[in-house]
Amino acid sequence: MTAFLEMANVSKVFSAGIIRRQHTVAVDDVTMTIDEQSPSILAVAGESGSGKTTLARLLLGVIPPSSGEVIYRGQSVDDLSREQRRTYLREIQPIFQDPFESYNPFYKVDHVLTVPAQKFQLAATKQETTRLIHEALDMVGLQPAETLGRFPHQLSGGQRQRVMVARAMLLRPRLIVADEPVSMVDASLRATILESIRRMKQELGISVVYITHDLTTAYQIADNILVMYKGSVVEAGSVEQVIRDPKHPYTQLLVSSIPQPDPSLPWGADGEIAGDPESMEVAATGCKFVDRCPVAFEPCAGQRPLLFHEHLSRAAACFQYDKSPALEGQNLDLVFEPQLTSQAAGGSEGPAAN
Amino acid sequence: MNDGAVLSVKDLRVYYDTDAGTVKAVDGVSFELRPGERLGLVGESGSGKSTMALALMRLHKPPARIAGGEVLLDGVGDVMKLDDDGLRRIRLDRLALVPQGAMNSLNPVMRIRDQLADGIRTHEPGDTRDDLAERIQAQLSRVGLDSEVGGKFPHELSGGMKQRVAIAIGTSLSPSVIIADEPTSALDVVVQRQVMETLRSVQEELGASVLIVGHDMGLMAQIADRMGVMYAGKLVELAPVHDLFTNPQHPYTRLLIESVPTLMAKRALASIPGAPPTLINVPPGCPFHPRCPSAFEPCDSEVPLPTAQNGRVVSCHLYPGEAA
Ligand SMILES: Nc1ncnc2c1ncn2[C@@H]1O[C@H](COP(=O)(O)OP(=O)(O)OP(=O)(O)O)[C@@H](O)[C@H]1O
Ligand SMILES: Nc1ncnc2c1ncn2[C@@H]1O[C@H](COP(=O)(O)OP(=O)(O)OP(=O)(O)O)[C@@H](O)[C@H]1O
Ligand code: SF4
Ligand code: SF4
Ligand SMILES: [Mg+2]
Ligand SMILES: [Mg+2]
Repeated sequence: MTAFLEMANVSKVFSAGIIRRQHTVAVDDVTMTIDEQSPSILAVAGESGSGKTTLARLLLGVIPPSSGEVIYRGQSVDDLSREQRRTYLREIQPIFQDPFESYNPFYKVDHVLTVPAQKFQLAATKQETTRLIHEALDMVGLQPAETLGRFPHQLSGGQRQRVMVARAMLLRPRLIVADEPVSMVDASLRATILESIRRMKQELGISVVYITHDLTTAYQIADNILVMYKGSVVEAGSVEQVIRDPKHPYTQLLVSSIPQPDPSLPWGADGEIAGDPESMEVAATGCKFVDRCPVAFEPCAGQRPLLFHEHLSRAAACFQYDKSPALEGQNLDLVFEPQLTSQAAGGSEGPAAN
Repeated sequence: MNDGAVLSVKDLRVYYDTDAGTVKAVDGVSFELRPGERLGLVGESGSGKSTMALALMRLHKPPARIAGGEVLLDGVGDVMKLDDDGLRRIRLDRLALVPQGAMNSLNPVMRIRDQLADGIRTHEPGDTRDDLAERIQAQLSRVGLDSEVGGKFPHELSGGMKQRVAIAIGTSLSPSVIIADEPTSALDVVVQRQVMETLRSVQEELGASVLIVGHDMGLMAQIADRMGVMYAGKLVELAPVHDLFTNPQHPYTRLLIESVPTLMAKRALASIPGAPPTLINVPPGCPFHPRCPSAFEPCDSEVPLPTAQNGRVVSCHLYPGEAA
């Protein structure tokens, strides 16, 4: 295992308000590794405002962690030399969430493709650059003739989103951090783009962090998934475990709320969703989900649950699973597939596989 | 206007004039919005859905122009022929738009209550301050938001809350038609369900009709009464939601539904072969023919006209029938 990018106990706290200072823990103590030798697709799902974009920005080095470290090829991102930072910025490519905000309205869309192509010297000649750009546009179902030479407002929402995907592909990075890359395109194009992302993994060995609200596509293309709730990882593991058989009550709510493309099936469980789902307040102690949890019990309000290693390929932060050992070092690598860290590494206490 | 439709769109054409040629973004679309119904509009990315949503309210911007057709609004007449004054009166009041990306276009330096007040004030300048405060309160509670949200700035709200604010602003003057362009595409499924329920309850309270543009076929299946499908500037199919999902007729609709993944089995994601057409140079005949597995003799030369049967409309040579 060659660690390409690591998060070691990374947290991010935002402070707002001058008189009454409010602290939002947007990312709470995440430890995981993105490996170079065995590329994988990691889906990140969770509530709106749960910290997914913040996690992406930490990986991309756009914001520094409040505590913990982001480590690129063995070195803290804070301590990279200029030269190292340049390769880091090339090897990790973002696809930002909002296609409306990613563009400078005064430049033609060509700009977002030609500038990085030049900056990172992708090709020796202009013709070669053009060829690469056309190839990338082609991969996301865009016709160069209809896309290049236009201003961002002249493209539809989905077309703009696809130009951003093409840009990331163009640079042939080692890792793509894609924040809702297909939320605004139709199902067929979604399939085209996600399949080309999967091909990039298989053929070019590119790893992908795929942030999405669409658990169905997450299930289809990702190997592993991490589910966030108010900054904390509440469940993580293989998509087979987490999406097909969710264990944390929040993940269960999420999966049961997926609208099925069949008008005769009901949307979600009956009745109101308990609690105030969008309250931004978090109790100082106890499980962050306690005010909404239908099965909350005695220990839940007093203590914050650790991630318990409930299955070989899954950990859940919920006291219902406290018979299983706590996930060692709360390190998500231990539940992600392929399992690279040898099982023996942890010593005697193996996870309770079931 | 037939059977008391609230909005009746007839042969609407919206074109963009560009240096490279004319983009026929909406090219001869006809449909009716019935009282109290939720009509879902899906279709290929770039097929003209947002352009049409804007044009229905004449909010399209140059180089877009209305190249033909009418939009008859119940009790008003052809929206395409209204003067500026007439337009101002029907917007918000009769026709409301929650635009694509609305939650990101809230004014970042203005409190929510002031943004709500703005819309109300431009229409009803006579309102006293107390009236206004009451209206704002009522509007927030209508979308399920606490009154203290009125005192906040957009960045202090979650995505779901911002989207509800956008709905509150759009519906503050009790419109009879609400047009919502991708109202939940940035939200998690739990919040999606809540925002949709909000939209549904506002709609039912107002007795309004809703046109919802979106890509999430699951969400559409759950929320819409009828569905329209667009491809290359044309409405290729229109049917009750159940019929559309169980028995799609147009080959594009069928392939679109087949490309929706499920949690049942893990398999390669299926997409429609071939590339989306350019709207500057739409293929002759049926615009879908270069990608259509069922294409036959007339398809590459004759444009299929909409035909109607059993309450559904389809534009495909496989379904010759009565002209719609
Ligand atoms: N720059 C910032 N300053 C203050 N608070 C912030 C900042 N960026 C994010 N936050 C807060 O951190 C939390 C996590 O936000 P983030 O954008 O990471 O969520 P998300 O999971 O990506 O949500 P969504 O699904 O809506 O995109 C939110 O409560 C948000 O308000
Ligand atoms: N200002 C403009 N000038 C020229 N062409 C434009 C302009 N705005 C949009 N278009 C083109 O018009 C077509 C329709 O765009 P529209 O935004 O209506 O599509 P849409 O169906 O809403 O797509 P999406 O689902 O991706 O949001 C697209 O092909 C787009 O490229
Ligand atoms: S720890 Fe308790 S409150 Fe939290 S999810 Fe588990 S059962 Fe519910
Ligand atoms: S008209 Fe012909 S090409 Fe078009 S959808 Fe029907 S069968 Fe296919
Ligand atoms: Mg986000
Ligand atoms: Mg659109």
